[in-house]
Amino acid sequence: MSQASVLSGTVPEQERPKSVLPSLRRLLTTPALVFMIIVTQVPLLFTIAYSLQRWNLLRPQRRGFVGLDNFPRVLQEPSFWTIIRNTMTLTLSVVIITLVLGMILALLLNRTFPGRGIIRTMLITPFLIMPTVSAVLWKNVLFNPAFGLIGSAFALAGLPRPDILAHEPMIAVIIIIVWEWTPFMMLILLAGLQSLDMERVEAAQIDGADLIQIFRHILIPHLMRYIELAVLMEMLFILSVFGEIFVTTTGGPGIQTTNLSFGIYIEAFQRWDIGQASAMGIYAIILANVMLVVFIRVLRRGQDEGITT
Amino acid sequence: MLRNRTVGNGLTFLTYLLTFIIFFPIFWMVLTSFKTEAVAFDYPPKLVFTPTLSNWNIALFETGFFKSLRNTLLIVAGSTSLALILGIPAAYALAYYPGKRADFTLTWLISTRMLPPVGVIVPLFIIFRDTGLRDTHLGMIIIYCAMNLPLVVWMMRSFFLDVPYEILEAGRIDGVSLWQEFRFIAIPLVTPGLFATALLCMIFSWNEFFFAFNLTVTDAAPLSVYISSFKTAEGLFWAKMSAGATAAVLPVVIAGWFAQRQLVKGLTMGAVK
Repeated sequence: MSQASVLSGTVPEQERPKSVLPSLRRLLTTPALVFMIIVTQVPLLFTIAYSLQRWNLLRPQRRGFVGLDNFPRVLQEPSFWTIIRNTMTLTLSVVIITLVLGMILALLLNRTFPGRGIIRTMLITPFLIMPTVSAVLWKNVLFNPAFGLIGSAFALAGLPRPDILAHEPMIAVIIIIVWEWTPFMMLILLAGLQSLDMERVEAAQIDGADLIQIFRHILIPHLMRYIELAVLMEMLFILSVFGEIFVTTTGGPGIQTTNLSFGIYIEAFQRWDIGQASAMGIYAIILANVMLVVFIRVLRRGQDEGITT
Repeated sequence: MLRNRTVGNGLTFLTYLLTFIIFFPIFWMVLTSFKTEAVAFDYPPKLVFTPTLSNWNIALFETGFFKSLRNTLLIVAGSTSLALILGIPAAYALAYYPGKRADFTLTWLISTRMLPPVGVIVPLFIIFRDTGLRDTHLGMIIIYCAMNLPLVVWMMRSFFLDVPYEILEAGRIDGVSLWQEFRFIAIPLVTPGLFATALLCMIFSWNEFFFAFNLTVTDAAPLSVYISSFKTAEGLFWAKMSAGATAAVLPVVIAGWFAQRQLVKGLTMGAVK
């Protein structure tokens, strides 16, 4: 009985007097909860309140309540839609590419070969590196058209040196973030692969299933939970990417690589338009939630089909 | 059989090749930090050269590196300690004495972690400006504590739940007080998990940039902000920049290498072990 209750996450409470429990619980959890409410929910309410105001810090005397006016005003700016498109392009490209690369690496690492521990350690390192360091490193030492390593490699091969940051800035940003986040996908998928019952794979092999069938009908359904989790977590982080863009392209040229995070930063701390920036912040929160809900639906449906076919 | 071995060797070679490509930028950064600025710009790029520590000297001692390092250390240590002090008792109660609202509390905690930082940065900036928290260690400690607290509660709760129930039950039959149960039974059993959790908090707050950049100026600016100042140092100081960058990431990279196994658990809030 006790074993089962531990697994389900509840412990019988009769050992301690019932009347003590609620106050004990409150005593232990209240400090953490109050702290979190003050630091995260209060600012959120302020964001909503600011989004209903005309308020530019450069012209504080014109501050006033404008109701919902900021929201359509943001939508009417063509730049806002470019920013949304950039955010979606960046997030979806990074998630899809890291998923494929992470899967390949996880499958390769889920074997026994010499130096496996060191290889795994080396592969997770990009994820541990400070995003601003990754960005500074890629921008200068790798992407620099005149002296960078990639340019030199092209030159050695007799090709013209590409200026990736100038000509394909979005691709450059995507490359950097993919490099940082592939280890994350790999780690979680590898944990999933290692929890797979190898006897099922062997039984399928004996029954004559080929590798593709095993991948589709055993591996993918088993990994679905891990894929879902990894993609969800990664998506939330990539939606909020800031440092890499700030360091490498400053959102440019123009606004070609400006995502929502960077756009809101410009609106709030360059133009000092607190009202409009807050309205954009609300849109960012809505977008994060919509992407999550849509994504979970798509994945659930794929999961069901994967199991039935 | 022979075919299987060839395929296996091929896959192993492919693994090494991909690892080489992915790790190469880091290797190159470390290598560049030991070059002179002239050698750093050589074409074709040099793998073999006479190493020098001169740029490490400049990067560490003739710039604002140590001031930023000190800020990072203060903020990381402060925020991690505060998150543990607030989070562990909550995790303990949620694991062993959950009430009816425990599920809601846990879900709500996760939802605060999922909130996009840009959704709250404007009011935080204004509140910090008006209360004098802007550009202070205390301000950054508060922000990073809030960033890591959900992680602490979720991870520590899962570690507490891993403690065999029989051990707790034996203690309760012997009539230990709640404090004794916490301090002398539960905490010793979750110490490895406690270290892993602390390590993850440190990694996240060490690397954070968005809040640090918008809420500090100079007095409390951590390493991530200091490093971002190299964004305009294009073309001139690669060796110095590489030395500073290597020094800035070294503690976290080493900590991460040691915490590899807990990393997965921490990144997924304890959902994957």
